[in-house]
This record gives sequence, structure tokens and C-alpha cells, in this order.
Amino acid sequence: MAIQRIFVANRGEIAVRILRTCRTLGIETVLGVSEADRESLGARMADRVLCLGPAQPAQSYLRVDTVVQAALGSECDAIHPGYGFLSEHADLARLCEAEGVIFIGPTADQIEAVGDKLRARVAAEAAGVPVIPGGSAGSPEDACLLADTIGMPLLVKAAGGGGGRGMKLVEHAADLAATMDMASAEAEAAFGDARVYLERYVRSGRHIEVQLLGDGEGRVIHLGERDCSVQRRYQKLVEETPAPHLPPATRAAMHEAAVRFAARLSYRGAGTVEFLYDVPRDAFYFLEMNARIQVEHPVTEKVTGIDLVAEQIAIADGRGLGVSQADVMCDGAAIECRINAEDPDRDFAPSPGTVSEAHWPQGEGIRVDTHVVDGARIPPFYDSMIAKVIAHGADRAAALARLRTALTEVRIAGVTTNLAFQQAVLADPDFAARGVDTGFLARFLDRAKAAA
Amino acid sequence: MSLTAADVDRIIKLLDASRFDRLSLEMDGLRLDLVRNGGAAVARPAPAPAVAVPPAEPAQPTPAPAREAGLVEVKSPLLGIYYRAPRPGEEPFVEVGARVEPDTIVGIIEVMKLMNTARAGVSGEIVEILARNGELVEHGETLLLVRPDR
Repeated sequence: MAIQRIFVANRGEIAVRILRTCRTLGIETVLGVSEADRESLGARMADRVLCLGPAQPAQSYLRVDTVVQAALGSECDAIHPGYGFLSEHADLARLCEAEGVIFIGPTADQIEAVGDKLRARVAAEAAGVPVIPGGSAGSPEDACLLADTIGMPLLVKAAGGGGGRGMKLVEHAADLAATMDMASAEAEAAFGDARVYLERYVRSGRHIEVQLLGDGEGRVIHLGERDCSVQRRYQKLVEETPAPHLPPATRAAMHEAAVRFAARLSYRGAGTVEFLYDVPRDAFYFLEMNARIQVEHPVTEKVTGIDLVAEQIAIADGRGLGVSQADVMCDGAAIECRINAEDPDRDFAPSPGTVSEAHWPQGEGIRVDTHVVDGARIPPFYDSMIAKVIAHGADRAAALARLRTALTEVRIAGVTTNLAFQQAVLADPDFAARGVDTGFLARFLDRAKAAA
Repeated sequence: MSLTAADVDRIIKLLDASRFDRLSLEMDGLRLDLVRNGGAAVARPAPAPAVAVPPAEPAQPTPAPAREAGLVEVKSPLLGIYYRAPRPGEEPFVEVGARVEPDTIVGIIEVMKLMNTARAGVSGEIVEILARNGELVEHGETLLLVRPDR
């Protein structure tokens, strides 16, 4: 059995990225596009293009039946879902399983197992992977006992809250009972649910994730970690590997925990386990697992020399892992910067339109993943990311210097981008000096506002 | 109510006899733009209405380029497998030479065992059937060509 023709069920830079690897491997490609993407770079590269439907994703890229029908009707052996859209919809994986089309990704059951946050947390605990300490407490005595094991400071959270609402910080154990009473009364008033629970408060946290490959038979290897702490409202902007200034023992423990979690599921394909790294305590907690190729995968490819999309295809084809853990060598450091068609001066509002001119940097250690060429249209219906600029160097300082130089060569005319903003972030002395925490970008924006 | 080629002829004569250089007419999802100097009549579908339309409603007729002048392309309203007949072995819905009305069924588009009907969306005579029975058609692909009534 060998995959000969792949249906690419995605758009933008990741469609182009997947098509390139297929080309290298000599695999034919069929790209499903919406009406808005008929003239895209991906559509020009694919061997065949099929229009799935109108521009609105719900009528094209998100239609499971149409995608599978298109793959079957064009005699594709396999579907690559990319990231976003249908990549983590168990429905697509399940329909592929029923129709005998290879889904390049995990099984439908695995997608469901990691997609449900509560189930994933239980699975993490069962695999001996640390989760953030916490729990519910009935009586004040129970709460005190629980608070002892969690440690101070901690958060009192409303069970009915979410998205940062209904949280109270407790700094001293003596304040716990009073704060819980107050939080409970407020939760009752705000959410109609008086239940509260306790959770460890992470004063300074970093987002660190581990790249995995699993053969579906229980063998799982890791390809190092990525630090994605430069985020604006949970949107990653800069990603790098290795995570800077992480104690070696912690790094190794993180890798092992991620492998344990995925091995217990007999995970198949490429996946990522995300952790919150608690800087003051030098501890890490399981956040979630992403059952797909990720936007920031190129930094891992740069330091390991492994083509993750090719590995995904090989695993889906039943050929297992192409490398063993001992073969995985991480060479130097790599940093990725996302270029988005958005306006930082207007609260990062999307800036769709037609790109009249696009010039991307080239050179030693530089890689650009993009679908944006002269005349490319940025439709308003989709994600605003137009490119990822990746720099690799012997160490972090060398990679950062290359990335800064590369960004000065970028020319984009016709749409507003966050290029100048990203240059300012990369020039920040804090970022240059060490690994920053997830609060870095908010502080950076506050400083910029104050200076204006 | 739909616009026949004869109607268009009459409208052109009206414009010709008037002192205007340009005429735009919108009706029943059709838009007609006429320009006096060197401009040919162009009929094209009006912009899609903002309301949700069921996916398998009448296909949108548009003029065929560089074939017999004035032919209308009947397009597939969605991606799927095209079938000319209701069931295998039965008579096709339509043949070349058949007359169609806007709501005449011209085929079935199957999407994972869900059958959707494709309709002509125009009045006239079928000149050519381009889509092949049992094969995949993409969203917007031309199924057949119709010579509209004049």
C-alpha cells in the first residue's frame, strides 16, 4: 500500500506547504478550494483543483461530506487536513475510516479523547503527567487542607465562570475562608451557581509545547519543544525552539511527560502536548494536546532537519516512524515570526485586500512559508496570517539576528500588516535577553501605549 | 418570469431608438447591462441575495464564452457526482434537443449518498450535455448548454 494521490483539504500557506512535500515525494495532489481561492498559489501548484463551494468556510472548507466526496470522486487515497478547519473534527476522520480513505492524522477516537478538556485532564493524570494542582472543596476545613497541598498564592474560581471571569486571588492562607465566601456569593449572583474551586496561581507562566510523532502502535518519539509565550489574547505571534533558559532536567521531564501521555493513547501521527511552565516554581502543568500539524512546526523542522509533513504521510501510509528517538538531533536554534494582514494601530483589525507587491527574504538559514505572491488576494473570510518567516542559527542570538535582518527585507504593498510591530517585538531587550512569559506582550503593548 | 432572447432584442431596439447610451435592468435575479457604443448585450446573474439559499436550487445561468453566441451555461450548484437519470437504467431526465423551463430537473448531484436535484434555471433548448454521467463535477462546473428562447 502506498499513497499515490492526496487530497489537500485546506488553504493558504499550509496548503502550499503540504503540496511542496507531496511534490518532493512524487505524490499527486488534488486541492479543494473555495470560490475565493481559485486563483491562489496553492491552486496553481496542485495537479488538480476542485471548487468545494462558496467563499464562506461553512459552505466549503468546513463541509465534511463535500470534502470526502471530492476526495473519493478524484480517486485520492488520502486526505491531509492541515491545521484549523476540519483538522480536529472527529467526523471527518470517522467518515474517512468508513469510506476507506486514509486520514492523515490521528484516529477519530484519539481526536475525541484529546479534544474534550476534562477527559484529557483525566488521561493526563492517569499517565502521570502533572496537571495544575487544584480541586473543589466543600467545607472550610476541606478547603484549608486542599490549600495546603496547592500552596500559596492560589485562585478561587467560579465553577460557572470562564474566560477570566469569576476569579479571586488569595495570597495568604488566613484570607482563604473569607475570600471563598465572597467568591461563592458573587458566583451565585453572576452565574446562578455558587460552586467554587481552588487552583494554583501561576504568577509568571510560559507556554511550552512538545512536538511528537506516534506510529499508532504505541511507539512515540519527541522532536524537542517550542516556546510560544509571545501571545496576544492566546494568538501566538513568535515561536522558537529550544525554549530559552529552561533547566535541562525540566526540559527532559517535559519531553518524557508528553511522550507518556501520547504513548498511553497509542497516538498516531504528528501531535503536540502543550504545557504551562510555572517559572517561579520551576514546574509544568498539562494544558492540552493538539491533534494536528501546527502553524509553528517549521522551527522544529529547521533544527531537526525532519520534514514533519513527510513523516505524517509515512505514518498514515502504515510505514511507521522514519526515525528513532536516538536519531533526533537538535542543531542550533530557530525562531518563527508570523506576518498577519492586520493593523496594530486599529487594535489588530484584519486588513484584507489585494497584495500588489510581495517580496520575501532569502538567504542562509532563512525559510518563508507563504501563499502570498504579487497580486494575491487576502479574502476577508479566513485567518489573517499571510506568512511565517523562520530563521535558523547556531544559537538563539544568531537566529534572532538573522530573523531581524530578514524582516527588514520584507516588502508588502496593498494591505496593512503587523510587520513593523513584529520588528519592535523582536527588538525588545527583554525578549532578546531571555525567555519571556505569556504576560510579556500585554506589558509591551501597555508600554507602547504609554509612550505614545 | 424570465428574459428570453426575443425580449432582449426588443429592449435593444428600445435603447437604440432612445437618446440614452446605457441601460441597466435588474429583474428576477437577472441583470442586463446594455451599452450603445461597441458594447454587446451582457446578461449575467445579479449578485447573490443576502438570504440563505438551499444548496440545490436552480443553477445560475451565465453566457457561454466563444461558443455559439447566446448559449447559457447551466452550472452545478454544488460539488458531487452527476447523474443524468433518477436511477441506473432509467431514462435520463433530459437529452440534447429537449426543451427546458427554469424548474426542469436536469440531473442529480450526489454528495455522500445525499441526492440533490439540479435544475435548468432558464427556458430554452438543450444544445449540449457536458457533464458525464457518474462523474465528479465541482461547484460551479457547467453541466449543459442551453439555447435560450427567442
